[in-house]
Amino acid sequence: MLKYTEEHEWLKLEGDVATVGITQHATELLGDIVFVQLPDIGAKLAKGGGAAVVESVKAASDVFAPLAGEVVEVNQAIAEDPAIVNTDPQGAGWFFKLRLEDAKAMDGLMDEAAYKKLIE
Amino acid sequence: MLKTTPLHSLHVELGARMVPFAGYEMPVQYPLGVLKEHLHTRAAAGLFDVSHMGQIVLRAKSGDVRNAASALERLVPVDVVGLVPGRVRYAFFTNAQGGILDDLMIANCRDHLLLVINAARKEADEAHLRAQLGNECDVEQLDRALIALQGPKAEAALALLAPECTTMRFMDVRALTLMGAECKVARSGYTGEDGFEISTPADIAREIAEELLANPCVAPIGLGARDTLRLEAGLCLYGSDIDERTTPVEAGLSWAIQKVRRRGGAREGGFPGAETILGQLEHGAPRHRVGLRPEGRAPVRAGAPLFATEDASAQIGAVTSGGFGPSLNAPIAMGYLPTALAVPGTTVFADLRGKRLPVAVTRLPFIEPKYKRG
Repeated sequence: MLKYTEEHEWLKLEGDVATVGITQHATELLGDIVFVQLPDIGAKLAKGGGAAVVESVKAASDVFAPLAGEVVEVNQAIAEDPAIVNTDPQGAGWFFKLRLEDAKAMDGLMDEAAYKKLIE
Repeated sequence: MLKTTPLHSLHVELGARMVPFAGYEMPVQYPLGVLKEHLHTRAAAGLFDVSHMGQIVLRAKSGDVRNAASALERLVPVDVVGLVPGRVRYAFFTNAQGGILDDLMIANCRDHLLLVINAARKEADEAHLRAQLGNECDVEQLDRALIALQGPKAEAALALLAPECTTMRFMDVRALTLMGAECKVARSGYTGEDGFEISTPADIAREIAEELLANPCVAPIGLGARDTLRLEAGLCLYGSDIDERTTPVEAGLSWAIQKVRRRGGAREGGFPGAETILGQLEHGAPRHRVGLRPEGRAPVRAGAPLFATEDASAQIGAVTSGGFGPSLNAPIAMGYLPTALAVPGTTVFADLRGKRLPVAVTRLPFIEPKYKRG
């Protein structure tokens, strides 16, 4: 299941673990990403709380936790080479994996069609 | 309602992302993106629209440019009288406290002085000049375009339009004919690279820009890369690194105050804030602008407070410009520190999202300038 948020994040659910990243549209808005700060593994995130930071050449932006959960894995590759987020935001440029408190909460997020409409 | 420059339609056609800047709608980046625009300028050549900047002609009512020069010396701590025809000099208007009202370029164009000033300070500077020099000088704000061509291939690119530009040195200014139009060309810029700043009549600016851009070496560059280029070059941005509360000595701009205007010089003082500025030149200033290299890869932005140690509670300074330096592939910043700590090799700490990050004080500029001084 692939879902989107109004903050331009995507979530891909497998079991009760969602992989989270930022959308192609978000990377276009941000421009060249030069730094990513990832959450700690084991961190318990509240929905809407700060989870990560991305910095483009010009500015810093927060990545918020799209749903409540515990961070079970982070993508160290993007911390070492932030440009991966620009080149493959919805693949190799994922940010972190979140074990959701409530996997059903995914149903409240946008599907691809709704997200496409939002960014039109 | 935002103003536009004569190159506005070209920016839109080139796919620029336009943003408001100093009352103008300006290109912040083109499809190439800030990072690649920056690197392209350092490797080849970049074309920048800086038509939002002010261009003021200062002409002595007597007709003698030397009278305009000595009048202008009442407002800047710089040797303007000694600026020979065909040369350009960096300067700043000071206030009674020794602070900086604006920084500018002064070109001696033989029968007048041409001043290039910051966009956001146009009205204030013009009013200042009229109020202080209006009796002796005519002050005219020009409605011309200004195009900067910067980078190692800038000379070759401009030479296709005006071969004589190759004989100019850094900070020369000359009248050149480009595409049949009379232009004022200075060998100067804001990137640390060799290059030119070209004042053109507004109605031919687009044609000249397109002719330069037809060269595969030349790419259009937005304000985003303009900022990272000037930061790497250690150059001040008015309103961020210098303003009415910073003196030229604190800002590390003492080099721009020639001996003749200093204590013991033939035309010592005689500008606003002279007592403070000349005193600081002799005895030192309480703080100094420095280069900063944050540890790791996280950029430290303007406004970040600086501390002497990891746990000190008293703030000792602040970052005034900061971001990522594409040519250094690392975060870089500038800021002010108390003089005792403004020493290369010192480590201070910046507050970054609630954590103290070690930051090394370094010399400016971050990159070796490539000016053609020969």
